Amino acid sequence: MHSHLQTLAAGGLFGAAAGLLLIARGKIAGISGILGGALRREPNGGWRYSFLLGLSLGGLIGSAIAPDAIERVHPTSLARLVLAGLLIGLGARLGNGCTSGHGICGVGRLSLRSTLAVATFSSIGALTHVCLELGGVG
Amino acid sequence: MKLLDQVVVALSGLGLGVALVLGRLTEPRVIVGWIDWFGAWDPTLIVFFVGAVLVYHGAYRWALARERRGATPALCFPTRQRVDARLLGGAAVFGVGWALGGTCPGPALSALGAGAPWALVFVAAMLGGLLLGERLAR
Repeated sequence: MHSHLQTLAAGGLFGAAAGLLLIARGKIAGISGILGGALRREPNGGWRYSFLLGLSLGGLIGSAIAPDAIERVHPTSLARLVLAGLLIGLGARLGNGCTSGHGICGVGRLSLRSTLAVATFSSIGALTHVCLELGGVG
Repeated sequence: MKLLDQVVVALSGLGLGVALVLGRLTEPRVIVGWIDWFGAWDPTLIVFFVGAVLVYHGAYRWALARERRGATPALCFPTRQRVDARLLGGAAVFGVGWALGGTCPGPALSALGAGAPWALVFVAAMLGGLLLGERLAR
């Protein structure tokens, strides 16, 4: 049974794990930022690979606990998924963050930029969703 | 970086991955449910977000207190403070991708680790988007 209390606890685990990176290494747990730095091959960036490897391994462990949380088949078309990935990568790079860096770490440290980024991607996301539904491709 | 530091960083990533799966953020319908403001709204993401932000905020305050006492490594926060068009434009592009794909960098990398085939497609496209953003941001 998947309850709101369990979801809240899972969120708490996310906050604690992101907090561990801040306290132990002084770094923000922003996935797109960490990935972008790895792509740029930033100096002293070895920790980025450890983090990304841990993240994927965490997904594997999580799926062993809750197999039904991983959908084998994505509900949308392949072309739409590719477009989504391109826009997510582009938007995260230009906006300097994604749902983890801006959403949780940024809001968690009361950053104005991050809070506005979250408000923007959520409202534009909601608007896009409405447009997709009206277009019959929701 | 010492081996122990790499292990701590990997553990942070691992915790994030487990949390994202247990919080069901790897399910596209959960992400889309959050931005479906005028339809079948699903509070799962916001419940997860509240748990994560509260715990992270505590970790943030603790990290600041440790830094004041001279603890290392130094905290590495973004230096940009200004709210500009690039931030909001990037977040808007991100929002469109979020609604189209129902996933974002953290959940996609976790789902990839769990062996979801669609995540491979999404992550490949996302890397393309990050590289494109890298060119534009220069």
